[in-house]
Amino acid sequence: MNTNYLEPQGRGAVRDWILSTDHKRIGVMYLGVMLTMFWVAVLIGVLMRIEQLTMGPTLMTPAAYNAMFTVHGVIMIFLFVVPGLPAVFGNFMLPIMIGAKDVSFPRINLLSWYFFVIGGALAVASLFLGGGAPDTGWTFYVPFSLKTNTNVSLAVFAAFLLGFSSILTGINFITTIHRMRAPGMTWHRMPLFVWALYSTAWIQVIATPVIGITLLLVILERTFGIGVFDPAKGGDPVLYQHLFWIYSHPAVYVMIVPAMGAITEIIPTFARRTIFGYKAIAYSSIAIAAFGSLVWAHHMFTSGMGEIANTVFSLLTFIVAVPSAIKVFNWTATLYKGSTKMEPPMLYALSFIFLFCIGGLTGVMQGALALNVHLHDTYFIVGHFHYVMFGGTGFAFFAALLYWFPKMFGRTYDRRWAFASWPPMFIGFNILYGSMMMLGLQGMPRRYFDHLPQYHSLHVAATVGSWILVTGLAMYFTTLLRGLLHGAKAQANPWGSLTLEWTTSSPPPVENFDVIPTVEHSPYAYNPTRTS
Amino acid sequence: MSVHRDDLGARIGMWLFLFTEMMLFGGLFLLYSAYRSMHPVEFHAAGEELNVALGVFNTLVLLTSSYTLALSLTAVEKGQAPLAKRLIAATILLGALFLVVKGFEWSAEFRHGIYPNSPGLLQRAPGVVLFYGLYFTMTGLHGLHIIAGMGLMSVALLKLAKGEVKKGHSIFLENVGLYWHLVDVIWIFLLPLFYLAA
Repeated sequence: MNTNYLEPQGRGAVRDWILSTDHKRIGVMYLGVMLTMFWVAVLIGVLMRIEQLTMGPTLMTPAAYNAMFTVHGVIMIFLFVVPGLPAVFGNFMLPIMIGAKDVSFPRINLLSWYFFVIGGALAVASLFLGGGAPDTGWTFYVPFSLKTNTNVSLAVFAAFLLGFSSILTGINFITTIHRMRAPGMTWHRMPLFVWALYSTAWIQVIATPVIGITLLLVILERTFGIGVFDPAKGGDPVLYQHLFWIYSHPAVYVMIVPAMGAITEIIPTFARRTIFGYKAIAYSSIAIAAFGSLVWAHHMFTSGMGEIANTVFSLLTFIVAVPSAIKVFNWTATLYKGSTKMEPPMLYALSFIFLFCIGGLTGVMQGALALNVHLHDTYFIVGHFHYVMFGGTGFAFFAALLYWFPKMFGRTYDRRWAFASWPPMFIGFNILYGSMMMLGLQGMPRRYFDHLPQYHSLHVAATVGSWILVTGLAMYFTTLLRGLLHGAKAQANPWGSLTLEWTTSSPPPVENFDVIPTVEHSPYAYNPTRTS
Repeated sequence: MSVHRDDLGARIGMWLFLFTEMMLFGGLFLLYSAYRSMHPVEFHAAGEELNVALGVFNTLVLLTSSYTLALSLTAVEKGQAPLAKRLIAATILLGALFLVVKGFEWSAEFRHGIYPNSPGLLQRAPGVVLFYGLYFTMTGLHGLHIIAGMGLMSVALLKLAKGEVKKGHSIFLENVGLYWHLVDVIWIFLLPLFYLAA
């Protein structure tokens, strides 16, 4: 009864994994594929930075550079940041955190992993097959994506499958949260990571089909020439942009909201204090999902929309910053007068808050119509979204992995090395993307293969920053790998946290709980006077 | 893993999936309304070329098929499995009839030189090109959903034969029914948008 989920299930080592409908194994399989793809995209990023180290060609042709930023974007967005926290930690932790034995649809959960793997394989295949790697940028904007002879259709189909995988995960999570909560686990006793996953799942379900149909139309357009996006036949490319961003802006919240949820678990654990403003945090996740669906056209202020549309979308963009700010204030207030203990997950969580604030506020800047015209399509945008997606979601992912690693694998890592990986990561990160923001303010356009002399010194700085950052990343993952192979056995609750996943053994038993627990208090009742 | 039965959960899951289908077609409806407001005259003219009689006939076919499928669920719940089987089979045949009629329409259009990217179509006004681009995309995607629905109903027949779908255990058939009704409803929107656009 007490065998843990990592022990052999009797079908052979490979089949035990690839046929398993255990949400924990599926989460670990997602983690494996995702980190592999992450490293591919990191190395492509480093190559792009080396290209910008000197003026003129350094490593590659301009066409290769176009392919590099496209593939870097497609892999990072569709295979790492979008599925990131929900597919790994959501799958692994959500059922345990609400006191369930699995998700509502375990087989569909496994199916979604297969769609993910096939989509990932096709995305990689599109690099190498005849025709050449797609060179459109991850946005696949028409009309260029209709004209280029590279493997756009295959890459787009890969993104379609990845979207389908995301939808299935979303359906599973919503149903699980509605139907599988343990006795006493009322909505307001759910951990806030679960609230974040719930909001995210709704965005996945509602928004992802729109990119699905948009990408299908690109394929139909390229194959049959139906004309709906082809300006030569009367189609309107701006409508493509609308449809694309109707999904892809909410997708930004699919990337960041679960990250915020993970941070919300880590902070009270290490501040030894109940979370400040539970309901505000829970409902701000819902508010982000709601308002975040209405701001898509702020990506198109320079595409020639009307004045009224511009103004409305600018206003909504400012509004959507409010629920994010609510969370930041609540995290800060939780820390205030807490008995803070600095462990590696906490360090990465705190740097998340810092980096996310920079990323978020520079985003609000771009909501201002006048400034947007100056910043559009510059390195400022690139710097901004890397602060949100990497400084935000990426660092939250690293924090969450450090936090839940002992639970997932039953092993500990070397905490000194986990600390030591932080300075190169944090410093390298800020040099790299801070330089990009400054370059953008000075007018350096994004997606250019080369640069002018006045941008040279900052480009060199950014490239050096990328080397420091990669060193930190390598140290971080080496630390975890060593922990996985040689780490000491982890305790059931090494951090002294109160959420349900820490009441099981590390690693958890196959069925999560021998007896389904009954929940009697909030997940953050560190302070005995506040137990509601 | 323990077998866990939750009919309401399965129903919630199906409804969520139907939301995604609505959003999938929603993107196309959005394109349709944008292009129609840009080219009202051309959409009107192109809509006159479609065969209204066949469109309405197909609507009746689909409505009848939804009815027979709903009856089959009731039959299962009343323990009349043989009747349920006949009703599901009838629904599959009606779905096939729909596709046959649709096939005749498409081939007639192809014979008139109207198909995506055809030289004859490209000589006409952009609004007409867009109308037919959307027409073939949306009816084609809808046709794929009909085929998927027929596949699901075949599985339901199989489960009925194996006794996996039976009185008190009919959630699979119920969900297939929900899906089929959605496919039906989408057609009910397609009919006025294309056939009655004139």
